[in-house]
Amino acid sequence: MTATSHAAARHPPRRRTILGRENRDGLVMVGPLLVIITLVIIVPIAWTFVLSFQEARYSDIARNGLFNALTLENYLDVLTSPGFWKSLGTTVVYTAGSTIGSIVLGLVAALALRRRFPARGLVRAVMLLPYVAPVVAVAFVWEVLLNPQYGLVNAVGTRILGWEHPVDFLGTAPQALWTVILFETWRYFPFAFMFLAAALTGLPREVEEAAVVDGATPLQRFRLVVLPQLMPTIALLTLLRFVMTFNKFDDVYLLTGGAAGTQVAAVRVYDQLVGSSDIGAASANAVVLAAFLVIALLLYLRFFVRREGNPS
Amino acid sequence: MSIVRAQERTLGILRWIVIAVLLVVTVFPFLYMLMMSFVRIEDLLRNPLMLIPDLGSVTVETYRRVLAPLEEGGYGFGRFMANSAIVATGATLLTMLLTIPASYAVSRLRFFGRRRVSALFLAVYLFPTIIIAVPIFVGFQVLGLGGSLWGLVIAYIALTVPVSVHMLRNYFATIPESIDEAALVDGANRWQIITRITIPLAMPTIMSTALYSFMIAWNEFLFALLFLSAKQDLWTVSLGLTRLADGQEVSKTILMAGSVLLTVPIVVLYGFAERALTEGLTAGADKG
Repeated sequence: MTATSHAAARHPPRRRTILGRENRDGLVMVGPLLVIITLVIIVPIAWTFVLSFQEARYSDIARNGLFNALTLENYLDVLTSPGFWKSLGTTVVYTAGSTIGSIVLGLVAALALRRRFPARGLVRAVMLLPYVAPVVAVAFVWEVLLNPQYGLVNAVGTRILGWEHPVDFLGTAPQALWTVILFETWRYFPFAFMFLAAALTGLPREVEEAAVVDGATPLQRFRLVVLPQLMPTIALLTLLRFVMTFNKFDDVYLLTGGAAGTQVAAVRVYDQLVGSSDIGAASANAVVLAAFLVIALLLYLRFFVRREGNPS
Repeated sequence: MSIVRAQERTLGILRWIVIAVLLVVTVFPFLYMLMMSFVRIEDLLRNPLMLIPDLGSVTVETYRRVLAPLEEGGYGFGRFMANSAIVATGATLLTMLLTIPASYAVSRLRFFGRRRVSALFLAVYLFPTIIIAVPIFVGFQVLGLGGSLWGLVIAYIALTVPVSVHMLRNYFATIPESIDEAALVDGANRWQIITRITIPLAMPTIMSTALYSFMIAWNEFLFALLFLSAKQDLWTVSLGLTRLADGQEVSKTILMAGSVLLTVPIVVLYGFAERALTEGLTAGADKG
C-alpha cells in the first residue's frame, strides 16, 4: 500500500483513484499466480538450496522437516566425484550438439519452406509433429527402429547396405551419445523451425529486392542479407534450447537410462534421488548445475544482448 | 548473371529434396508406430524389413490387450488414459484461471512491482524442472500429496504457467487499449472488461494456449515417474507405458499400440490448434 500513497503524492488528487484502483486490480489479478509460482517454483528452489547443505534422506526430512544439521559435505562430494565431472562433460557435449543440430536443421527447414507452394501449410503442420508428440511414445519408436535384433534401421543396414553386424545404437558408447543427440535434434528442430519461419516472414522485402537488383547470388543474399537479420532470433533460440536441453531428463532417461556414456546431469540427479535416495547429494548436484547455467547465462547476456529485449 | 541463374536452379532443386527428406524423417516414425501396433510380434521378428503389414496378419489384439483392465489380463490403459485426461484437464483449467487475469494485468495495468512481476514470469520460463522436482517431490511426500493426482495437477501448473503467460500476454498486448478505456468510461470495472471484452476477443488464443497446456501436462513424464511410481491405479499413460516396458516381458508391438494411444489425442488436439499455436508461441520472434 506504500505504492498507492507514493503514487498519490506524485499525481493530482483526481487521478489518485484511477491509479489506485488500477494498482489494486493489478495486484489482485497477479496475486494468485504469484502465490502459486512462489509455492511450486520459488520455495522449491530455495528448499533445494537448503537441502543441498544437509545430510538428508527421506526419514530425516519426515522427522525433522527443514531443520537438519548443515554441512558442506554434499558439495565436497559432488565436486570431488569423477562421476559428476564426467556427467557434466557429457551434458555439455549433448547440449551443445543438440542445440546446434536443432537450430541448423530448423534453419534449413525454414529456408526450404520460405516460398509459398501448394500444401505448404500442411507440410509445416506435419513437420511440427516430433515437437508436440509425447516424448515417451517417440522414444519407444526410436528404440524399436534402432533395435539390433528386429529394428528396421539395422535390418536395412545389414541386409541392404552390407553392414557386417547390427549396431547397438543405444547400448554402446560412443554411438549412444550421438544417437541421443540425433534424437534431440529431430525432436526439437521443429521448435527452431517455428521461430525462424516466423522471423523470416517478418523480414522486410526491400533489402533483399535491392540485393537482387545489385546482382547478388542467392547464397550471397542469404549470407549478407537474410542471416544477419535472423541473428537475434538465432541467439534467442540458442539461449532457450541450451537452457532447456541442459536440464533435460526424460529424453535421455527413456532412450538409454543413462547407460553407455549418456549419463547427463539431470539423469544423474534422478539416479541419486531415486536410486540411492540421497536427497542432499541430488540437491547439491542440482545447485551446482544451476550455478554453471547461471554463469553461462550471465556470460551470454553480457556479450550477446545489447538491449533489454523480449525473449519470446 | 549465369552464376545467379545456376545457383537459383540448384537451390530450387535442393529445396524440394530438403522438403521431401524432412517430411519423411518427421512422419515416418509415426507411421511406423501405427503400422507396428497392428502386427503380431512374431511377424515383426520374422521380417524386420516389413513396412506395411499383410492384410492377413493385421491384428487389433494388441489394442485389446493394452486397453483391457488388469483383471481381464490386459494392461489397464483405459484407466491410465482416464488418469492422464483428469490430470491434464485439471492442470489446464487451473492454469487458465490463474494466467488469464495475471497476463491481462501485466499487459495493461500499472501496478506496484509490475516490471518485476513481468521479469519473474519470464524467468520462470527457464527454471529447470529437475531442480524443482527434488523439493516438490519431497515436500509433497511430507504433505501427503505425493501419491495423488492432485499433487500432480499442482506440480504441472509449474510447467504450464510460464508458457501460458507468455502466449496470453503477447496476445492481450495486441488488443487496443482504447476498447478498455471506452468500457471504463461507460462504468465497467476491470473484471467486467476481462470477462465481457478481453476473453471473447482473445478466445482463439485462449483456446490454443489451453490446448498447449493440455499437451504439456499430457506429455509430461518426470513428475509422474517421481510421484506415482508406487500407485499403479493412478499411473498416467506415459508412466504406464514405461512401466510396461521395463517391468515384464511385453512385446514391442504392444508397446507401439500403447504409444499410439498416447499420441493420438495430442495429434488430434494439435490438428485443431496448429495455426494459433505457432503464432502464439512465436509472437515477437521477429523482433528478437
